[in-house]
Amino acid sequence: MSDEIRNGDDEVFDDANAPEEDQPVDEPMDEAPTDEPSAEESPVADPLPAPTSAAGSGGMGRRDVLKALATVPVLGALGYTALHRKGLAKEERARLLAELGIEDEGAAVFSELETMTHPDTIRIGIVGYGGEGASLIRSLGFAHPDWIQGRREAKINDPRDTWLDEWLEQENLNLELTAVCDLFDVRAEAAIAASTQPIRPGGDTRQLKPAKRYRHYEELCNAPDVDAVIIATPDHWHSRITVAAAQAGKHVYCEKCMTRTEEEVWPMAEAVKSSGIVFQLGHQNRQMESHEKAREVIEKGILGPITLVETTTNRNDPWGAWVWDIHEQGNPRTIDWELFQEAAPNKVPFSLERFFRWRCWYDYGTGLSGDLLSHEYDAINQILDLGIPHSATASGGIYFFKDGRDVPDVWQAVLEYPDRDMTLIYSSTLANGRDRGIVMMGHDASMEVGTRLKVTADGSSTRYKDMLEDGTVKRDRPMLTYQSGFKGVDAVTTPTQEYFASRGLLFTYRGGKRVSTYYLHLREWLNAIRYGGDTSCNIDRGIEEAITCHMATKSYLEGRRVTWDPFQRKIV
Amino acid sequence: MRSDYSRLQVTALVALRFAIGWHFFYEGMSKAANAYWTSAGYLDQSQGFLSEWFVDMASNPGTLALVDFLNVWGLILVGLGLMLGGLTRTATFFGIVMLALYYLATPPWPGFVYSIPAEGAYLIINKTLIELCALFVTLLFPTGHIIGLDRLVRLARSRGSAQESHA
Repeated sequence: MSDEIRNGDDEVFDDANAPEEDQPVDEPMDEAPTDEPSAEESPVADPLPAPTSAAGSGGMGRRDVLKALATVPVLGALGYTALHRKGLAKEERARLLAELGIEDEGAAVFSELETMTHPDTIRIGIVGYGGEGASLIRSLGFAHPDWIQGRREAKINDPRDTWLDEWLEQENLNLELTAVCDLFDVRAEAAIAASTQPIRPGGDTRQLKPAKRYRHYEELCNAPDVDAVIIATPDHWHSRITVAAAQAGKHVYCEKCMTRTEEEVWPMAEAVKSSGIVFQLGHQNRQMESHEKAREVIEKGILGPITLVETTTNRNDPWGAWVWDIHEQGNPRTIDWELFQEAAPNKVPFSLERFFRWRCWYDYGTGLSGDLLSHEYDAINQILDLGIPHSATASGGIYFFKDGRDVPDVWQAVLEYPDRDMTLIYSSTLANGRDRGIVMMGHDASMEVGTRLKVTADGSSTRYKDMLEDGTVKRDRPMLTYQSGFKGVDAVTTPTQEYFASRGLLFTYRGGKRVSTYYLHLREWLNAIRYGGDTSCNIDRGIEEAITCHMATKSYLEGRRVTWDPFQRKIV
Repeated sequence: MRSDYSRLQVTALVALRFAIGWHFFYEGMSKAANAYWTSAGYLDQSQGFLSEWFVDMASNPGTLALVDFLNVWGLILVGLGLMLGGLTRTATFFGIVMLALYYLATPPWPGFVYSIPAEGAYLIINKTLIELCALFVTLLFPTGHIIGLDRLVRLARSRGSAQESHA
């Protein structure tokens, strides 16, 4: 019964959701036969049993009834104590909630997704079908046959692996994958195979034509049978492809970091805004249930003035450090290397490492800044509406993966928000897997943000001073917690995967069911295309994300503190 | 059924039965009161020769819901049975079955390490196994018919049979 331990710290929170206990506790009391005159007398007066003698006597005297019911008063005492304790806890909690200004606690979990049917088909083009591109396309309902086979085999080995079932339960988004552009032949072919793969979610049984391959993204953007474009290329291409798509009137879902440089931000933003297309930046953590709850906690001012926010990335495996597989069929004949590096500042001879592990070089991305600070920053921006910082200072180095890369593998950034009287610190290492979450530190309380939330009062809080003194609020126990309604086990296997999962980068929960955040984020974009409305990570959030990351990158590369000039809209 | 215990023996046996019942009952109630309680985490870390079976239970949402329901209400009903001395033998039997399942799901055998830490140090014998042994004692030395609701049932039966024999 040691499983009780895991719920120990939730008692205060959980009590509010507890069903009424009265009935089961009262039940045994009712069993006392009221027609027995002796029941009025307290059996406790004669608790010790005499050596039994009634057997076989055939009668049922007062003494027998007393002995039969001897334990009932003690049970009553247990029931009373439990209820009294619960009553006290409820009173304390009511006081606490009144103090926190939480009148309506609302549903503990988000409701289950409503399945919609979409009469019109949206035709999708994908530029960049690498790891991320394949995940996005699969989330839209087009899985590669190898993935389906792999999931089936995984389920045989581990029944907790429910990825395939969850994928099949997604709604039929009524899409066609009509166009593919990838500079590596093998990946382009794989995307085409996914476009006609007949097993699809939501009971979609349409026979689909294979996607057409384009050698250049401009041809794909201008293809008449493409309505919307997904951009999952390395960062150095994001801006150019978005501009081409927007100018052709195609909606864009673009992976993060939004751009590789500060300069690339403005033509991209201008193209999106002037064309009126629906734009979504690929921060799928926006769909995380707990982040919405964290916003509510902030809006109610429960933490008091927040002066410091700490966020982190820890990973400890080569994959997490972007040492990705080099495909055996990758060579100058199967890869269009010159087009790959056309948008990069430095031109170098053909390199398999650079093509397949592009995140390790500043020519194609910005390392930890664009890959992971971008996610962490966006999550905090989602909760706190921070915007662009006043200044940034970053430092770090290549301390572990000395494999020829030029981006750091240990890297810290300090972002200042004097208008908010707040500092945001990001620290990361790719050579240690310790679990460190997001912590928001206020004068009155701290909040840990992950798949669950934990709010703990500060021992020196002004606001909770009285409640800390009388014990309503305790320093060593959370005063508010939130966890999704999911009951079950997630098949998360590696530390890097755990990192992803804890940040909402893989899945979240709706109505207690696990749902892919990729799917939710893409679905939000498609619904905005079909039915109007805005996306949660629109171009304005994208500008904030890109500029923040580029401030930190610039500070690191130039070895100085940089500031944001809001009038010139420039990093100085 | 034995009933030739001394007063002290009855007191000790009833106290043992009652204490175990209290433990079962309160565990059940606290789980029932916690909307988020689930046995998933406990089952998921299962080790030993039955671990596959336990992990399967946690993996299927339908099965898990049933297991959680049976566990909570099993604890509450066994607890009530032991404390009140009603249907004592049945309650004791199911209590033993439940404890055996808890024990076998996460046995403290050499080489097994669990993510949910135990509150003490155990090798082969843990408190679950000791509670199981104690329940076994109460099964073999029953007291429900002496101090408990079973006494009323037994007396009613014997009165019925006495009337029959008079007739």
